[in-house]
Amino acid sequence: MDLAYQILVKPFADMVSAPDFLMQVLWEGLVSGVLYALIALGFVLIFKSSRVFNFAQGIMVVFAALSLVGLHEHGVPAWLAVLLTLGIMLVLAVAVERVVLRPLVNQPDIILFMATIGITLFLVGFGELIFGGENKRMITEQLGIPTGSFEFEPFGGLLSIQQADLTAVVGAVVLVAVLILFLNRTRMGRAIRALGDDHQAAMSVGISLSTIWVVVWFIAGIIALATGIVWGARAGVSFALEVIAYKALPVLMLGGLESVPGAIIGGVAIGLLEKLFEIYWGQPLLGGNTETWFAYVLALIVLLFRPQGIFGEKIIERV
Amino acid sequence: MNARPDPARLSDAIADGAVLLDVRNVSLSFGGVKAVSDISFDVLKGEIRAIIGPNGAGKTSMLNVINGFYTAQQGTIVFRGKERRAMKAHEAVGQGIARTFQNVALFKGMSTLDNIMAGRSVMMKRNLFWQMLRHGPALREEIEHRREVEEIIDFLEIEHIRHTPVGKLPYGLQKRVELGRALAMEPTLLLLDEPMAGMNLEEKEDMSRFIVEVNRHRGTTIALIEHDMGVVMDLSDRVVVLDYGKKIADGPPDAVKANKDVIDAYLGVAH
Repeated sequence: MDLAYQILVKPFADMVSAPDFLMQVLWEGLVSGVLYALIALGFVLIFKSSRVFNFAQGIMVVFAALSLVGLHEHGVPAWLAVLLTLGIMLVLAVAVERVVLRPLVNQPDIILFMATIGITLFLVGFGELIFGGENKRMITEQLGIPTGSFEFEPFGGLLSIQQADLTAVVGAVVLVAVLILFLNRTRMGRAIRALGDDHQAAMSVGISLSTIWVVVWFIAGIIALATGIVWGARAGVSFALEVIAYKALPVLMLGGLESVPGAIIGGVAIGLLEKLFEIYWGQPLLGGNTETWFAYVLALIVLLFRPQGIFGEKIIERV
Repeated sequence: MNARPDPARLSDAIADGAVLLDVRNVSLSFGGVKAVSDISFDVLKGEIRAIIGPNGAGKTSMLNVINGFYTAQQGTIVFRGKERRAMKAHEAVGQGIARTFQNVALFKGMSTLDNIMAGRSVMMKRNLFWQMLRHGPALREEIEHRREVEEIIDFLEIEHIRHTPVGKLPYGLQKRVELGRALAMEPTLLLLDEPMAGMNLEEKEDMSRFIVEVNRHRGTTIALIEHDMGVVMDLSDRVVVLDYGKKIADGPPDAVKANKDVIDAYLGVAH
């Protein structure tokens, strides 16, 4: 009886009794959620256009962040370093298309998936070789990201919003909005979606496979850099950052592998839910640290009932 | 089916002598399998050229070489006077070659309208940023292309399925939408891979009518693969016959029909 009270009543009573704290929790959840959505979009774009599940997305985050910080360490001004890092991500995209995707075109999906694991391992080794394995600090101030915080007093309580978080959310929202416009309205965006639908048909209307692949991998690179900056600012730049990108996996299971709105809603939902669960159920009842696994358990539950994800396309297979 | 071309027009075209596409000694093999060996033929500007032959004769492979899906190991292709060994599929589109497929390759989740619009996308040249804002020049461009697409939809009599996702359409209509998408690219050369496969008589008659009209009114040169001999003989100006990857006959329909090798290939020979 007491346990039922602890699970079913007390958390909600807490939420109502301290609405300012609830808002703080929701804000923190939203910040993570927007970032999850952004990374998930990187996966979705690549999957939509080439049916490749890009396991390397996580290491691309690390690699982008390392390149940025590394360049700055060598005396390159921060903004130039951002541009150069974008250049590096473009080179990476071209190289992946030439060396990995093009020779493997028309191979089974699993082969391409394995190839992205190969890219991951390569980037781990290559990154360590060039930048070393130790932790680095993200060059937050040099990039002009504000570090203070805004304080509000809703319901007579206290709500503190880190300016860096706010910048991250605004930045991510802008990036997502631009991506959606790009996908829906431009010739290139339509080509990406067309390619996801039918390769042969897409080629016959003049869409170049290789160009599109470079473009989507480059976009994934831009997303990786954005994620790397934001997450690097919170947790430092190290190879452990890779784990952040894997948080996109439950997002994708929830949202479906090829749905852009699914990735966005799924990302925000997971960010919010895992934070709420951690604060109101995890810490009092389970000793905390539930954020590491909550999203995955949630995804498993979703998979039980809707294997294609909540927004995914219906899987119809003839047997 | 009274689609028989006017003999005068054919002789004009030949007299004109304008070769649009010239396939020279093309060979293509997959591992040890020779799909196409040493084939040469030409397509004259403005004609309807049929490629026929039994199953596995190499007809589709030939089309795939022409539009850049496959690269021939030997031989060259001269298109609009430019000689090349191979081109990429998207370059072929840029050069004015459009095609349809034997098994219909459409964007199944998209509507008829969007599928045909996809055919126009090559021609949209406006700046990325205008396109994103859908404003100014990009908007005007979009409207202009949409007008063209609506004309094609009217022409193919598919107004009623404009907004239907093509995956839900019956096969005959899908084939029509696919033709629409190819037409939207305003091709100089239209390649049709079995445009009438799996159709009933009425659908075949409609399709024949569309093909002839495209050829006459738009002046589009057409190369088509077809199994229905009645259709082939009615529609085409000249016919090339392939068997086991080799060319066995080439000429006007009547001559080809009477050719002994062709009859043997289709009916089999007593050994």
